Amino acid sequence: MTTLDTTTPVAVPPKPTFKVNWVRLAPFLYTIGLFVIWEVGVRISGLPHTILPTPTRVFEAIVQYWSPIWKNSIQTLYTTVLGFLIAVVAGLGIGLFIGWSKTIYAGLYPIMVGFNAIPKVALVPILVIWFGIGTVPAVLTAFLISFFPIVVNVATGLATIEPETEDVLRALGAKKMDIMLKVGIPRSMPYFFGSLKVAITLAFVGSVVSETVASNSGLGNMMASAQSNFNVPLVFAGLLMLAVEGIAMYALMAWVEKRMTGWAHRSSMAN
Amino acid sequence: MASPLVSIENVDMRYGGPSGTLAVSGLNLRINRGEFVAVVGPSGCGKSTLMKLTTGLHIPQAGAVIVANSQVTKPVSIVGMAFQNPTMLPWRTTLENILLPLEIVEKHRHRLRSHKAEYVAKAEKLLETVGLKGFGEKFPWQLSGGMQQRANLCRALIHEPELLMLDEPFGALDAFTREELWCVIRDLHASQDVTIVLVTHDLRESVFLADKVVVMSARPGRVIAEHEVPFERPRQLELLYEPAFNEMVQKLHGEIATARVAA
Repeated sequence: MTTLDTTTPVAVPPKPTFKVNWVRLAPFLYTIGLFVIWEVGVRISGLPHTILPTPTRVFEAIVQYWSPIWKNSIQTLYTTVLGFLIAVVAGLGIGLFIGWSKTIYAGLYPIMVGFNAIPKVALVPILVIWFGIGTVPAVLTAFLISFFPIVVNVATGLATIEPETEDVLRALGAKKMDIMLKVGIPRSMPYFFGSLKVAITLAFVGSVVSETVASNSGLGNMMASAQSNFNVPLVFAGLLMLAVEGIAMYALMAWVEKRMTGWAHRSSMAN
Repeated sequence: MASPLVSIENVDMRYGGPSGTLAVSGLNLRINRGEFVAVVGPSGCGKSTLMKLTTGLHIPQAGAVIVANSQVTKPVSIVGMAFQNPTMLPWRTTLENILLPLEIVEKHRHRLRSHKAEYVAKAEKLLETVGLKGFGEKFPWQLSGGMQQRANLCRALIHEPELLMLDEPFGALDAFTREELWCVIRDLHASQDVTIVLVTHDLRESVFLADKVVVMSARPGRVIAEHEVPFERPRQLELLYEPAFNEMVQKLHGEIATARVAA
């Protein structure tokens, strides 16, 4: 056998160079790009602003109607978040209940799917009969539309415990409750927090649908009345506010997910 | 001589109702206290069923399984188990993973909180025995496959089980790591008062580690031969290259090949 002559390689520290981080900048650049294309497109085609207003016209409308926009945005945010919070509590509870046993899972799952298939807009009139128009139907619609993904995800997390883990614990005399508390619930947490991102955006859909059909306040109502006055820039201003609120809440949920279940994103945490 | 720790008498086990597959049939096996038994056989011979019967995860349809002088009718908590898949919980540190059985076993769960320091010290001592000193605070996914399997062994041993059941614990490891862990198991068995049942495909592993090698037939599984391993303890890895060792491995290999053809 020959021995190889080993020389210690000397690592040359890389020179600090100024580099633009395109990945970090991309979301902003693409958003600006979208607005630019929109602006230029509308101007070239010469569409009247009653059909498609330019972004500058929309921003103008935001400034012009800031007071009602602000008030209605807060109202929509309030109904959405309230509905979403109820969905979180109920979804977690029902998800744990469904995931508890195979029989409950088998029995309730088709009912849940059927229920989820019902367009929630069709439920709004019923809610109005029960609770009158206003905040309550909006909150409930947001809740009804957003709790399904939470339930499904929590139940899936519970239903997919590795059989070996269960065997190891059962051989030690673990009860169903022990397995749920020690393994099932922590294990379903990444699924749960992941589902929050989906649920919050759906909650906005629910509350706005309800506000549009049956309310005197909120962005949905504001856009509906702006539309009946042919105030198209204000309609777009409302859409823009919804998008902003949606992105903000989504980002918040993504942050919560990362904070609570860092272990599930192990690749980013290793090293 | 004292009664055996595990005694399996004429056991039939069928999965999935009367027309399901018969996994084992007429199974007879005795395991003495402190013994190291390896179970080998063609794949699908009911080795895992044997494990589940002994630990009380399955109750046989016919025959009796007796562990520590009482018939098994529910999971017996004097066993520790380790599988090929380490199944460490990723949200707990390695140390917390090892302490998990203590949160379950009736004898320890009420003492855990008040005697935490004592149990942690015990876990760290076990970690040291398997060569993982100082890794307790790491998360399992920060450890290599071999290290996870070592931690898995610690978890199986923390509640001082009388019986340790290992289901191909080294199957997914590379040859060098596997040999290292053979020595870890060997030393554990020598230093602690524990009975070990090792289910494996690796004949060299079975002969190197066990006092007795049990050969099972193809499905429905039953014991077709038992061999006492004559080599003296403590055994060193050099044993693997001795003619007598290889002869025994070859003989076992022949028996299993016949068992497969018969199926």
